[in-house]
Amino acid sequence: MTEDPRNADSWAKPVSTLTVTGAPEGAANLVEGKRLLSPVQGFGRMWQKTYKVRLGGVETTPEAVITEWRDNFASFWPKGNDFYPPLTGLEPGEVALIKAAGPGGMKFKTGVMVLYSDDESFTLMTPEGHMFAGWITFSSHVESGVTVAQTQVLMRAQDPLSEMGLAMGGHRMENRFWEQTLANLALHLGAEGDVSTTVTCVDRKRQWSQAKNVRNSVAIRSTLHMLKPGKGR
Amino acid sequence: MTQGTLSMDVRRVGDTVAVLDIDGEITAFCEEALMDAYTAGAADGTRAVILNFTRLEYMNSGGIGLLVTVLVRANRAKQKLLAYGLTEHYTQIFELTRLNEAIGIYDSEEAAVAAAGAGGTT
Repeated sequence: MTEDPRNADSWAKPVSTLTVTGAPEGAANLVEGKRLLSPVQGFGRMWQKTYKVRLGGVETTPEAVITEWRDNFASFWPKGNDFYPPLTGLEPGEVALIKAAGPGGMKFKTGVMVLYSDDESFTLMTPEGHMFAGWITFSSHVESGVTVAQTQVLMRAQDPLSEMGLAMGGHRMENRFWEQTLANLALHLGAEGDVSTTVTCVDRKRQWSQAKNVRNSVAIRSTLHMLKPGKGR
Repeated sequence: MTQGTLSMDVRRVGDTVAVLDIDGEITAFCEEALMDAYTAGAADGTRAVILNFTRLEYMNSGGIGLLVTVLVRANRAKQKLLAYGLTEHYTQIFELTRLNEAIGIYDSEEAAVAAAGAGGTT
């Protein structure tokens, strides 16, 4: 087979490092020049976390859910977390900046690249300097006649510090984050439904060969950035 | 093994190599077919599993996630995971997602089988 598949345009074009064009006011660009990391390049245990909400009581389709979700992505995030989408929207290859609440009131400054985007799903991939290495897929499908919205994270903590942070409440915070996001989406769509969470440890092994990722630790880099004059929180 | 629009066949090449022939689409909904094929191929004595993408029609990001799960299972079983038959497009996707650093990519089955016996990328 030599032809491009029908979803070729849904994938980001190959890049070696990230480039952010026009970082918005208030966003810290700490991902410029960073490489993407898949779960293969992470340090910690590998987790697959699936958060799902059944959009009961509302007539909608997976395509309509994804359009609404992608176009208003930042608005569904829990308060205290900021997502700065690229000016052109969440298109494949575009980079979004993030300021996320961490343990102890800390703000993690990082970003993500849109790896994939089609009518029924889109995927964000993390670069060096994120809390974890991996990707998050937002999708919608029909289950037993009801449209479902789903967030699925496949991840390893990038470095030993992040692994420790995740073990000491970070996983719980992340679970609450995506559960709240899905609840906000359901509310926005006028649906009723509880969010279900399934967490699976895909690989219990830690990859000590990747402990070197600590040089890009989000905790260290965000703290250093905060201490710079005029940067604040 | 067939699920949705994915059909999988498992072949053995010698005593220690299994080739999984992928025919169709790999998406998140194909987990059962892919894992069943891996389980069948990774029987006792298998030292390398080769994914044949020659007849791959389509793969989305959910499908890439499944390949990571197969890779974890292969690593756990101390088996090499290799691939051949990827188009230029999907070769680039492997590079973008950096799966090529863990799954050895080859131009042909012969090259993949030779690498399987010669210590190709795990």
